[in-house]
Amino acid sequence: MQTEIILAGFGGQGILFAGQLLAYAAMDAGREVTWIPSYGPEMRGGTANCTVIISEEEIGAPTVRNPKAALVFNLPSFDKYEPLVLPGGVLIANASLINRSFQRSDLTTVMLPANEIAEALGDKRMTNMVMLGALLQKLPVLSFAAVEKTLQDHLPSRHKHLLAMNFEALKRGAEFAERGVQTTIPNEQVTFNE
Amino acid sequence: MVTTIPYQIVYSRPESFSEVSTHYCPGCTHGIAHRLIAEVLDEMGLREKTIGVAPVGCSVFAYNYFNCDFVEAAHGRAPAMATGIKRVLPDRTVFTYQGDGDLASIGMAEIMHAAARGENITVVFINNAIYGMTGGQMAPTSLPGQKTTSSPRGRDVETTGFPVRMAEILSKLDGVGYSVRRSLHDPKNIRLSKKAIRMAFEVQSRGLGFAIVELLSTCPTNWGMTPKEALHWVEDRMIPVFPLGDYKITSSVAGIRV
Amino acid sequence: MARELLKGNIAMAEASIRAGVEAYFGYPITPQTELLEWMSLRMPELGRAFLQAESEVAAINMVYGAACTGKRVMSSSSSPGVSLMMEGLSYIAGTEVPVVLIDVVRGGPGLGNIAPSQGDYNQIVHGGGHGDYHAIVLAPASVQEAIDLTVLAFDLAEKYRAICIVLADGNVGQMMEPAELPPMLPLDRPVPDWAVQGAQGRERRILSSIYLKPEDEEVTNIRLLERWQTIEANEVRFKEYYLEDAEIAVIGFGSAGRVAYSAVRAARAEGIRVGLLRPITVSPFPSARIAELASQVRAFLVAEMNTGQMLADVQLAVSGRAPVEFYGRLGGVVPFPDEILTEIQRIAYRPMTMNGDPRRSWLKRLKSQME
Repeated sequence: MQTEIILAGFGGQGILFAGQLLAYAAMDAGREVTWIPSYGPEMRGGTANCTVIISEEEIGAPTVRNPKAALVFNLPSFDKYEPLVLPGGVLIANASLINRSFQRSDLTTVMLPANEIAEALGDKRMTNMVMLGALLQKLPVLSFAAVEKTLQDHLPSRHKHLLAMNFEALKRGAEFAERGVQTTIPNEQVTFNE
Repeated sequence: MVTTIPYQIVYSRPESFSEVSTHYCPGCTHGIAHRLIAEVLDEMGLREKTIGVAPVGCSVFAYNYFNCDFVEAAHGRAPAMATGIKRVLPDRTVFTYQGDGDLASIGMAEIMHAAARGENITVVFINNAIYGMTGGQMAPTSLPGQKTTSSPRGRDVETTGFPVRMAEILSKLDGVGYSVRRSLHDPKNIRLSKKAIRMAFEVQSRGLGFAIVELLSTCPTNWGMTPKEALHWVEDRMIPVFPLGDYKITSSVAGIRV
Repeated sequence: MARELLKGNIAMAEASIRAGVEAYFGYPITPQTELLEWMSLRMPELGRAFLQAESEVAAINMVYGAACTGKRVMSSSSSPGVSLMMEGLSYIAGTEVPVVLIDVVRGGPGLGNIAPSQGDYNQIVHGGGHGDYHAIVLAPASVQEAIDLTVLAFDLAEKYRAICIVLADGNVGQMMEPAELPPMLPLDRPVPDWAVQGAQGRERRILSSIYLKPEDEEVTNIRLLERWQTIEANEVRFKEYYLEDAEIAVIGFGSAGRVAYSAVRAARAEGIRVGLLRPITVSPFPSARIAELASQVRAFLVAEMNTGQMLADVQLAVSGRAPVEFYGRLGGVVPFPDEILTEIQRIAYRPMTMNGDPRRSWLKRLKSQME
């Protein structure tokens, strides 16, 4: 069995790196994995997406029509991938940039204001880690410990000072997903008690 | 009684020249240019460390006439091929020998960029204002009004543009250490040409950048002239369009004494 | 060595370095640019030659010159750039010097797009440059294979004084997968006895592709052909999956082969006896193995990311002894496994005929699927 995860949104939202983090963590855990970006001219400031496939055996196609999970960071990606996720799959959506609710009821879904959660942490660039935290909570394909270890090993050295914040972002995304809060309200301010 | 008359060899085949007859037409100055290069390679002791790059054109068989390692390039690509050789064997001497169609038409990009990079190679450029090998078509260096088999009414600058002056053009590039024009139409100019070729190889051996010698040359066959008329045509018609001179000699090159 | 998560383009670049490439000449073009960028960083720090040429025309001629010295040399490009290199490749073939080229194929013709494609199969496998020659062509489907085949490319090119092309596509170039790089080879190869490095203490050597007398060129063409026949006898490589008891054989190379692998696995899970043959050398082509399969299977399905270019080679090998069906996506579109699974199901559950050009029926199905 393999698990396919699509991460999609605008360029600059850290989508490709979040996908690579999953891929590194899968490799470190001894699994087979592929990471493939859509690398069109749209990568410059436009739509960015990548597909990560994690498996116990040799992986065939690195792209699939219907992924097991999707992590969508904006409305166009939400519109595109909500219909495509496999029944019973996982869909994590970024409420900060999405102004409608889920249409499917056969999925495990989380709608979280990832931008605001990241901003509350002090750095909007943590949006991707918040989203990833929510995914890992709902899709136990890799352990948090494994992802955190990988983050420690592969975060570029110039960003090493942000390691603790990255961990915290993962945790807050996971906490939000765990509480089962689903919101359709954009820009909802969320505060956490430390 | 036997008497020995003392003698001194004043003229012989350079070691860098192969013992074969060339295929060039009577009166063509390619043979002179070849010999000058061979003499310079001998004088500088470079024969065994030199790799020549032959072009496509009348001098396509240049590799048969030089007694050193040689490769044969695609049309116009000799500077690129020479670049490839020089980059992996920087301590060898690499030179290209190219005609005007090869260097100034189809190979314009390769020569310009080799020069711009300051590729440390020597280029000997034979400008005879015509395509020789294919039978006398218009070249980028053909003179205004010059009749060729592809400009039968004479080169019309309105539709085919103007002669390209390579020595001047290349002199504007910072990578060039030496860019001059000489002529092969009489003994005095042949001596000056040899000196320029020597300089162009000295520039390479000192690592002073790209060096090119443009040599005005004859093509009696395709010009439809006798060899003698052709030499006069170089002097009377070509030199006014392609003035002889030093277009670039960088200060470090100017210090070379040979 | 440990597995690292490597991007295909960078993996091929580093594999070339480990294999002892001494000079790289190239020109930026998507989707292979990371390869050139990696070389621009690594080659100078190793004291090896790197140059960004003014064009692909110049790049391949720099490669030609450097190859004449007997050094391991290479270039890389993508489809439109490779078109520009065809002149140089022909001269290299005619001069019989070893060269490695990596082609990360994109959608075409013309400027096309930068998405993964296999539209250059005919250009690369069946010629491209003028004159009578063959190149060895290796088709990786994964990052690990891209590494292994790049290393092999240098050995084969040198062994046969031939051009060896790694025919990748945008997917292989852009994908990241765990893979293992080979150890760094020392640069201590002897100078080949044909190389020009200056005639020190020996007769001068000439490297040229000119044989002005037709009789001499004929002898050269015979020499090249006989060498090619040796290559055909010794160097055919392919990978098989589930073919032992297969009634249907899917054939696909590179990325299409990999998509087909997913489809074949899914079909097997449904109980369909289907297998996959994935050519690793698309030139020389595994014709003999396909001919053998023609007496075993009920039908073939060729899957490509073009309009059926390898299809013709499969049809030649099968020689009408079994139906050959075709499925392709075009212009940079990569098929999903379910598309090929549908084709396998169609062949498994419906009677096959051998009537007509399989491309006609495929195009009908494709167009109705696009509506």
